[in-house]
Amino acid sequence: MEQLIGVVVFLILGYGFGTHYEKKHYKSILKRERRHSKRPAVNMKSVPLEGREIESSALAVGSTVVSVDYFKRFLAGLKMVFGGRLTSYESLLDRARREALLRMKEDAKDADIFLNVRIETSSISKGQGEKSVGSIEAVAYATAVKFRNKV
Amino acid sequence: MEVSNLESIPGKNIVEYIGLVSGSTVRAKHIGRDIMAGLKNLVGGELKGYSELLQESRNEAMERMVAQARELGANAVLNVRFSTSSVAQGAAELYVYGTAVRID
Repeated sequence: MEQLIGVVVFLILGYGFGTHYEKKHYKSILKRERRHSKRPAVNMKSVPLEGREIESSALAVGSTVVSVDYFKRFLAGLKMVFGGRLTSYESLLDRARREALLRMKEDAKDADIFLNVRIETSSISKGQGEKSVGSIEAVAYATAVKFRNKV
Repeated sequence: MEVSNLESIPGKNIVEYIGLVSGSTVRAKHIGRDIMAGLKNLVGGELKGYSELLQESRNEAMERMVAQARELGANAVLNVRFSTSSVAQGAAELYVYGTAVRID
């Protein structure tokens, strides 16, 4: 009985805080993506220069570890019985990748373009001994290039 | 030392290819961070402790790679790749590798 109450409390806490944090995170992601939209990240190895000279280039790296909340993990556990889309994990991965990309851009503040972007994802811990995914790490890295003459 | 994940440094010529260099580090999470992360696992969101830990480890792996390249007389590392693998429960290996070259 006490265990059941514990689980219910965790579910409510997880749902409340989890939804709040996710909304907040997405808001900040969207805001920062708009701010950095003039400095594109591409996964091509070179771009047409259009008369611009390269001043410097350096490696830029950004990474983050994001965890899924108790409620979503519970929900995903249920869903795994029937199969199908696990939307709760989809948003987890989406958040982690976008955050990593943004941190990469923030790592090279004066770069004009990011070439050859690679994104890697790995799962850090597999939850509390269950089969569930606990938290994932996303790394984004690229060569940050700065142009001499701005157009 | 120039580090890039392109196959050449934009605007520079490669004089000599020296060979593959790599750096790696295996890190375990420490217990304080583990407890905090366990709590954070309940409500979801970013696990700052782990983010920092992995970032530090990655920087260290990169420093080792750069040191190796320097020893070989290179002044740039190209086509750098990162990879992470979990070795055991609670420990992760961060591996960085690239090609050491000399540019003019």
